[in-house]
Amino acid sequence: MKSTALHAKHQALGAKMVPFAGYSMPVSYEGVNAEHETVRNAVGVFDVSHMGEFLVEGPKALELIQKISSNDASKLTIGKAQYSCMPNETGGIVDDLIIYRVKDETYLLVVNASNIQKDWDHISKYNAAIGAEMRDLSDNYSLLAIQGPKAVEAMQSLSSIDLSAIAFYNFEVADFAGIENVIISATGYTGSGGFEIYCKNEEVEQVWDKVLEAGAEFGIKPIGLAARDTLRLEMGYCLYGNDINDTTSPLEAGLGWITKFTKDFVNSEALKEQKENGVSRKLVAFELNERGIPRQGYELLDQEGKVIGEVTSGTMSPSLGKGIGLGYVPVEHAKPGTELQIRIRKNSLPITIVKLPFYKP
Amino acid sequence: MNIPSELKYTKDHEWIRIEGDVATVGITDFAQGELGDIVYVEVETLDETLDQEEVFGTVEAVKTVSDLFLPLSGTIVEFNEALEDEPEKVNSDPYGEGWMIKVKISDSSEVDGLMSADEYKELVGA
Repeated sequence: MKSTALHAKHQALGAKMVPFAGYSMPVSYEGVNAEHETVRNAVGVFDVSHMGEFLVEGPKALELIQKISSNDASKLTIGKAQYSCMPNETGGIVDDLIIYRVKDETYLLVVNASNIQKDWDHISKYNAAIGAEMRDLSDNYSLLAIQGPKAVEAMQSLSSIDLSAIAFYNFEVADFAGIENVIISATGYTGSGGFEIYCKNEEVEQVWDKVLEAGAEFGIKPIGLAARDTLRLEMGYCLYGNDINDTTSPLEAGLGWITKFTKDFVNSEALKEQKENGVSRKLVAFELNERGIPRQGYELLDQEGKVIGEVTSGTMSPSLGKGIGLGYVPVEHAKPGTELQIRIRKNSLPITIVKLPFYKP
Repeated sequence: MNIPSELKYTKDHEWIRIEGDVATVGITDFAQGELGDIVYVEVETLDETLDQEEVFGTVEAVKTVSDLFLPLSGTIVEFNEALEDEPEKVNSDPYGEGWMIKVKISDSSEVDGLMSADEYKELVGA
């Protein structure tokens, strides 16, 4: 079991630690609902250092990235980030990721912890014929997410640059918390705004301490993975392993907006054909109309009680106080407003397909 | 961790308060802490007679769902309806306002098989 450089800090804060993607990670500190509220209303800090970081460099860097990713990375200028996914050869998704253009010929790829080895092998396979320089920085770099409506104000004293000037999905390499050359990225997985901070493992304790210190008067709290999941699910952000995987197409998952047929990429021919012919199933968002909580694997049924799909992610929404979930259903049942049912233990409860996000912070 | 000495316990992390032939049942402080924020307690077995260890309900936390096992054979005669609106009482007061059901005990000899507070302490390493 691996741990992040902040393991002792989490234990000292009384975090409940759980194994996640091979790491011992904080799942909660004071409780998921309170932590969720903190991020929606003030500011919270997450240690998400388990995430993987690959550096792709050199004159062939863009060519490699264009080949393995579905979004069009040629649109990236220095200082911009892009959400993307890596399609596999059989119609599914290897992983979803964020691509940062750090320098002219230097890109940072941020991938899911559970997929680091699989992603590395997949990219390397295509790089054999392309020849970009690749480095896996995952074990050397830490990542903190500072999220919430007060994040900018609370963190401004820690940097000499104007944090409010960093637009969504843009980043700066600047000083932060007394450390030089930190990536300050206006990205996140909560929908409540804020930053993600990339620094070296040996620097992260200082950054963590200063973030908590500077944020104290704004009510900052450490936030665990449980609230990270409820926050992302209220926004309808996909979680790899739940909502997308090796067998779900990006078009089925509602990721058509990051699947650009302006270029050739892995499996792009087949995906283009799928787009032209239309998908047969879609990832939908639904709310429970009665009390109950959807969980991964629960069956989704049509009005006649026939099983038509299953839940990929579900939770009680702390912001809405009701059960919400994502799941795949045939396209004819996917329109917002459609009434379906969910099987929770021995009961079938009514659900309604809704538009995302579930909640607007 | 709070483990009141006057109560009986099970390996499933439930507590039992015996008063005559009626047992009040809830989940322990340890259990509520492990589950995290509880958002729903579902008991659909009111007035049913079940055997020891049968599932009498479920407790849903934000992140997990867990079955509730009947610690003693008997009839479920009461459900704590206050939990329908305030399930968080299981977190804040697990041995008091967070009680879940009352059971009319059908076989009092089963009481002897329940764990004492000391035995339960040992189980959870408190």
